[in-house]
Formats: sequence, structure tokens, C-alpha cells
Amino acid sequence: MATEEMEQLVRRDYKEGFVTDIESDTLPPGLDENTIAFISKKKGEPEWMLEWRLEAFHKWQEMKEPSWAHLNYPPIDYQSISYFSAPKRPEDRPQSLDEVDPKLLETYEKLGIPLHERAALAGVAVDAVFDSVSVATTFKKQLAEAGVIFCSISEAIRDYPELVKQYLGTVVPQNDNYFAALNSAVFTDGSFVFVPEGVTCPMELSTYFRINAANTGQFERTLIICESRAQVSYLEGCTAPMRDENQLHAAVVELVALDDAYIKYSTVQNWYPGDEDGKGGIYNFVTKRGECRGARSRISWTQVETGSAITWKYPSCVLRGKDSIGEFYSVAVTNGRQQADTGTKMIHIGEGTRSYIVAKGISAGKSDQSYRGLVKIGPRAKGARNFTQCDSLLIGDKSGAHTFPYQEIGNSTAKIEHEATTSKIGEDQLFYCQSRGITEEDAVSMIVNGFCKDVFQELPMEFAVEAEALLNVTLEGAVG
Amino acid sequence: MSDTQTFLDTLNARSQQRDAEPTWIAARRQAGAARFEAVGFPTRRDEEWKYTDVRSIAQGNFALAESAEFSQAQAAALTLPLDAYRLTFVDGVFSSALSDLEALPDSVQVLPLSKALTDNHEAVGGPLGRLTSVDFSAFAALNTAFMEEGAVVRIAPGTVVEKPILLQFLSRAGTPVMSHPRILVEAGSRSEATLIEHYAGQTDATNFTNVVAELMLDRGAILNHYKLQEAPLGDMHVASIHVEQGRDTRYSSYNLNLGGALVRNDLISDLNGQGAETNFLGLFFGQGRQHVDNHTKVNHNAPLTFSNENYKGILDDRAHGVFNGKVYVKRDSQKIEGFQSNQNLLLSDRAHIDAKPELEIYADDVKCSHGTTTGQLDEEAIYALRTRGIDEATARGLLTLAFAGEVLEQVALDAVAERVELAVAGKLPERFNLAGLVEAAVSLND
Repeated sequence: MATEEMEQLVRRDYKEGFVTDIESDTLPPGLDENTIAFISKKKGEPEWMLEWRLEAFHKWQEMKEPSWAHLNYPPIDYQSISYFSAPKRPEDRPQSLDEVDPKLLETYEKLGIPLHERAALAGVAVDAVFDSVSVATTFKKQLAEAGVIFCSISEAIRDYPELVKQYLGTVVPQNDNYFAALNSAVFTDGSFVFVPEGVTCPMELSTYFRINAANTGQFERTLIICESRAQVSYLEGCTAPMRDENQLHAAVVELVALDDAYIKYSTVQNWYPGDEDGKGGIYNFVTKRGECRGARSRISWTQVETGSAITWKYPSCVLRGKDSIGEFYSVAVTNGRQQADTGTKMIHIGEGTRSYIVAKGISAGKSDQSYRGLVKIGPRAKGARNFTQCDSLLIGDKSGAHTFPYQEIGNSTAKIEHEATTSKIGEDQLFYCQSRGITEEDAVSMIVNGFCKDVFQELPMEFAVEAEALLNVTLEGAVG
Repeated sequence: MSDTQTFLDTLNARSQQRDAEPTWIAARRQAGAARFEAVGFPTRRDEEWKYTDVRSIAQGNFALAESAEFSQAQAAALTLPLDAYRLTFVDGVFSSALSDLEALPDSVQVLPLSKALTDNHEAVGGPLGRLTSVDFSAFAALNTAFMEEGAVVRIAPGTVVEKPILLQFLSRAGTPVMSHPRILVEAGSRSEATLIEHYAGQTDATNFTNVVAELMLDRGAILNHYKLQEAPLGDMHVASIHVEQGRDTRYSSYNLNLGGALVRNDLISDLNGQGAETNFLGLFFGQGRQHVDNHTKVNHNAPLTFSNENYKGILDDRAHGVFNGKVYVKRDSQKIEGFQSNQNLLLSDRAHIDAKPELEIYADDVKCSHGTTTGQLDEEAIYALRTRGIDEATARGLLTLAFAGEVLEQVALDAVAERVELAVAGKLPERFNLAGLVEAAVSLND
């Protein structure tokens, strides 16, 4: 491809950059025990929750920020971040879509994902997280009939304290890592899903996260529990308005699957990546982990990562149950000066556990991308099986692609395979397409979509469409 | 820190015995000691040493050998049956009695480091430490602090060295000693040579060898480098090999590791000129409680450079293997091809392997791939052999040797290949009786 086309790709503007003006009830920047007490009180949390947060905060204070990732960013001043931001009227939150602030609906309209339309057409219950407080929850009734609990984590702490107490922090402990500890101390919202024994969730659950108020870190906490033979598919999608200062996002997602349960967690992440010089843009430091506790349980992570200035994310599976399965499908696209250090961890503990990893990375512009993964086979994981495929596609000669797979194998009955390739779009491939009358732009789009197909086909229908559209938008500037 | 102190005390005692040295050597020695004192031995908190615990070295108390006495008969049994130019070191001390440099052509220099330093130390001062700085690792710093013996090989431009150059390091049983050999090879342009590093010794030895090798290949040079490490099973072995490759050079490393209680190899190749090619072939075999760690790195610093790597590990009993291979492509180093493969065979439930193949790529017109697999012998292949009347033990032996064979068949020196086959076979007599295998094969043909 010609250099100028590359440059156009690099100069691609963020299409979804705009700021919705909704007054926020924002806490002044700073973090100490009072901040945490404020958040806890504002959320009307019980005493034990506050103690749990403070415990995490004390652990966090003793921890050091990790520096091992293949990332470059200025030090973060945790005291200059505001840790709470809620839409103006938390008391009388809208009970249905009609009551939702029309400005918010307008925001969704601009994004091309009208909430009501999407909800009606796709049958998706949307727990829209606008900044930190849930502002709209739909289809709750239908879910309640099935016995599925789907609400914000704050509501869950109030309404189902026993369930939260039983599971919160059991997959990602408070002191798991620096950002998880921070999140445990100050998380403000997120989703809670509980699918009881034998229930297949009647619809796909979805939350649209938005980061909106300036200088506000977003600390989401998501907890999904599937009891025996239960099934759920959860969708997470993100967009963010254009912003000048870096915004920190440190979410924690915990999944628990009991016997024969199946959790499918899909993410499309398209936060603001920063401008041409890498200014602005979201810092996305996320801890996502699922535990297959029961026999034959299955957890599947699918992610399409196109946004954020910095992504630091390793959705993982702890395969404890006998014959449990962990899956990870990922497409990561970086452009401009974006940096991504992402991958997965598969911890095989139980007998006959299997894991499957497909990671596709596309780096363009001056971006840098790393796949970092761990496959660990414990001594008791007899007959464990792993297959890993990670491929990188480089567009332009200023980008970088790296692979750091770790394998720790302590069992002779394990079968482990890892393959990685790095290449660019072949001149001959492009020539082949062009000689058959396909434009260069279409050819590139076709080749890249083909490159990502293994992952896209794992996405739920609506998301797959959105992901392909997103990728095409990314590539629009690439040629012509 | 007290671990470090033991070594520093030995170093100080040694310095006091030493005659006056040229200032550059003293300065470098001091830099090494200072660096070692500052960083101390690595722990598992260091990413580079995540899987290797060196406490058994750090907490050891190793003296320095004073003599090179070794029984002629034993040495003869250990020495590779090869027609080669040979330098022998016993616990790091040069033995002229066990060395043989007869008919060495004038265009080739092979001499012990101590002699090179006395005869013409200025000529060594420049290249020594140019590739391996004291900052590379605590062990490189320690080696520099202690450096006094080793080998210097210089090959004049255009020379084809007909016979291999064999550097033999023997380890004696008795009071634990340490040695810090330093190897320096300067291969002139368009020269061609074969270098063999061979580590062996008396069965009950419990010594610590810490070797640093620096190999410089000038334009168009070809170097085949064999490292046959069959040190006694109680020995500790830490080695780093740095290779600098100019334009159109070809370096091939055959890294064969069979012995040692704790083994760590760092192999680094810098491809600095267009057309440079590097081949890393490796085989490691672990049994008992052996710990074998191989770290390799290929730096593609220039466009049109090629690398090819194939490491095979066989681990039995409670052996622990580590493979960490990295391919690095510098910004604007276009038209690169880099291939890496690591395959491991676990023969026992308690054997353990940690593998980490890495790619770090900053150029787009490259073809790079890596693959790693870990598994066990194919039960169906064993079954297929058994249906043909081969008993299970023999079938497993055949398949294991076949697994190793992919690397071994590329070893051009029969004496080395046979030593590896015999060592692998000899170590597990009931299961890998090579003579038995041959007999079985012959009787099948009858």
C-alpha cells in the first residue's frame, strides 16, 4: 500500500467524539479514606462493604504500580482523579426508557445505537451505565420471571447482600494486582448477574458503558454467577467522547461458573484512543477473570479491542472443575499511537481441562501491540489440552507487534500447542484481488476481515455486525 | 548479601596473590566486582530468572583450583575422539599436557587467555568485553571480576580451518571449586571454522563453571559452534555466548545439554550486517532433579537477515526444563525472516517445562513465526510399533531417539552426535539400550 494511504489511516478521526453536557454530581479529585466512605455512603452500602473497600484500600497503599507491561505512559497521579461522578438526580432515577433524560438518548442516537430501537429489535435488556450510576434498566420483568437477577452492583449489594458477600472478590481478590486493589476500594458501579440452577437466560444481557464527565475515572465492578446447568451470554460495549486529559479506567470483572454452567462474555471496546500525537485517550487497565468452579463448566471470552490509548487487559480462566473449558477469542486493532498489551491466562487445575486461544492483532500507524499470555498446567491437571494461535498483522513500517507467551507445564499428560506468526498484507494478495477488479480498499478490508473471521464468528450476531462495521471504519482511511 | 560476600572474599584473596597486572585488566576486574556487589545474585523476582533458582550456586562455597592435574587415562576416555586442535582446562586451569596444537597453521591462533595476556595484552583489551558487558548479568560481572583463563582464537581473513578447534573443560571430583573461563573468538572475513566447547568430568564432581564466550564474525565468515555440555550431574553450569555477525556471515550453534545439576545458557546473536544468517539448534535432556534453562535471543538489527531456531527438550523424572527464545526485529529492519520452534517431550509426570517463545517486531515487511509444543510420546505410534513385534520399552526408546534425531541429524560431527546418543541411551539403560535397539532392528531385518 502507498505511504499516503497509510498516513490517511493514521489520521483517521475518532468518529464518536463529542461530549454530552449532563451536570454531574462529582466528587473533587483525591483519594483517601474519606473518599471511600463518601462513595460507600452515597451508594447506601452496608457496613461490611465499607470495611471491605477500606481493606482493599490499605492493601493498595502498600502495593507498587506494575511496570512489566510493554507500555509507555506518563506516571498517573491518583490524587488528581475524581472518584465519583453520578448524573444529577440519583434519587429519582428513571424507571423506564420514557423517563430517561432525552440528552442521554440523543447521545445513543449519535452513536448509531439507539437504545430503545436496539432493545426492541434485538430483545436485549440494557443496563446502561452512564458514567457511574445505572440510568436505565429494561426487560427486568422478563428476567425476573426466569429467576435471573440482572441489576447494578450497587443494587445487588443492597438487595442481595448474601450473594454478593459469597462471591465478591473470590475470583479476583482485593490484592490481586495494583489496579484490582484500586478498583476494590473505589468501584462505583457495574453489573451483577445471577442465573439460578438450570436456567438459560432468556435473552442476551448487555451494558453500554460510557465515560463522560471530565477527569473522572471509571471503576466498574461486574460479577456474574451461573449456577449448575445455567447459561448466560453477556455483552459489553464501550464508546467515549473526545477528551483532552487521559482518563483512567480500571474495571474488574469476575465470572463464576458452577457445574455444567456456561458463561459467554463478549466485549466491543471503542474508547477514545487519543489524537494523532497520542494525546488524550483512555487508559484501560482491566482485570477480567472467570473461574470454572464446577465440572464441565465453560467460560468463553470474546473481545474486539479497537479503542483506548493504552489497553492492559488479560481476560483469564481458572479451570478448576473437571473437564471444564476456557476459551479466549480476541481481535485487537491499534492505530495512531495506541498501545495495547493484552492476552489471556489459562490456569489448568482440574483433570481433563481444555483451553483454546485465538488472538489476532492488527497494528497500524505508530502503534505498538503485544500479546502476553500464560498457559499453566498444574500437576493434577491430567490430560489437559491447550491450543494457542496468535497472529499479528502489521500495517505500515512504524508499528510494532510483539508476542510473549508463557507456558508453565507440570504434567506429562498435557498437550500444549502454540503458534504465532507476524506478517503484513502481502503485495501479491492485494495484486490478486486488484487484478480481479476489486478496489484496493475493498481488498484490504476483505483480507483483514478474513484475518479476524475466527474471532468474529464467536461474537453474538448483533455484535459481530457492529464489530465488522467498526473494523471497516478503522480501515476506511487506510486506502483511498 | 552474605552470599555475595563469600565470592567477594575469594576474589580479594585471589587478587592479593596476583602479580601486578596491566591497568586495563585491573580496572575491568574492579568494574566486574563492583557490578556484582551492586546487583548480587539474581532471584526469581527477576524476569530473566523467573524459572531458575540459583541459590544452590549463591549459597555454595567454591574455592579456586590451583593445579591442572588430571589422570591421563581418564582424560583420554572423556576426550572426544576427534582429530582436532585442542586446548584443555582442568577446573579452569590450563593443562598443556592435555592440549594438542600440533600443525596449527600460522593463519590461526589458538591460545590460552593467560598466555594471550602475557604475550600481547593490548591486542586482547579491545575485543574482550565488547559484546558481554558486566551489566549483562551478575554472572557476567562475576566472570569479568575473576577472569584470568580461557581461550583466545583468532582466524586470519580467508582462512579455512580444516580441523575443528576443541576447547575441553574438565571437572574434578573433590572440594568444590569454581572456574570462570572466558572465550574470545575473532573470525576474520571469509574465514571458515568449527569450534567445539566440550564440558565433561569425573562423576562425583560438584563444581561451578561460569563461562562467558564472545564470538565476532567479520564479513563473510562462517562459524560452526558446537557446545557439548555433559558435565557431571553434580556440577553447576552457567554460560553466556554473545555472537556478533557482520555482513553475509553464517553462524550455526549446536547447543547440546546433557549434564549438570543446574544449567543456564544465554545465547545471543546480533545480526548487524545484511545477509547475515544465524541457526540455533538445541537439545536438552534432563533427568533426576536436573534443571536446564536455555535463553536465546536473535537481534535482527539489519535488513535482509535470517534466523532459524529449533530447540528440543526431553525431560524425565523430576527434571525441570526452561526455554525462553526471543526474536527481535529492529525498526526499519525490513525483509527479515525469523523462525523459531521449540518442542518438548515430557516422559514423567513430575517433569516440568516452562516455555516462553517471544517475538518483538518493529518492522512490517517481515516473516516471523514461532511455535512451541509440549506433549508425550504418541500412543498410536507406540501401538503401531508394537503391532510389528517391538516391545513397548523399545518402541518408546525408538520414538524418543527419533524425537531427538531431528536435531541430531544436523550435527555434522559424528563423534559429537554419537556422544549425545550414547549419553541419552546410557543414562536410561533399561529403556534406551542403544545396542539393544540396534539388535532389535537387525533381527527385524532378518
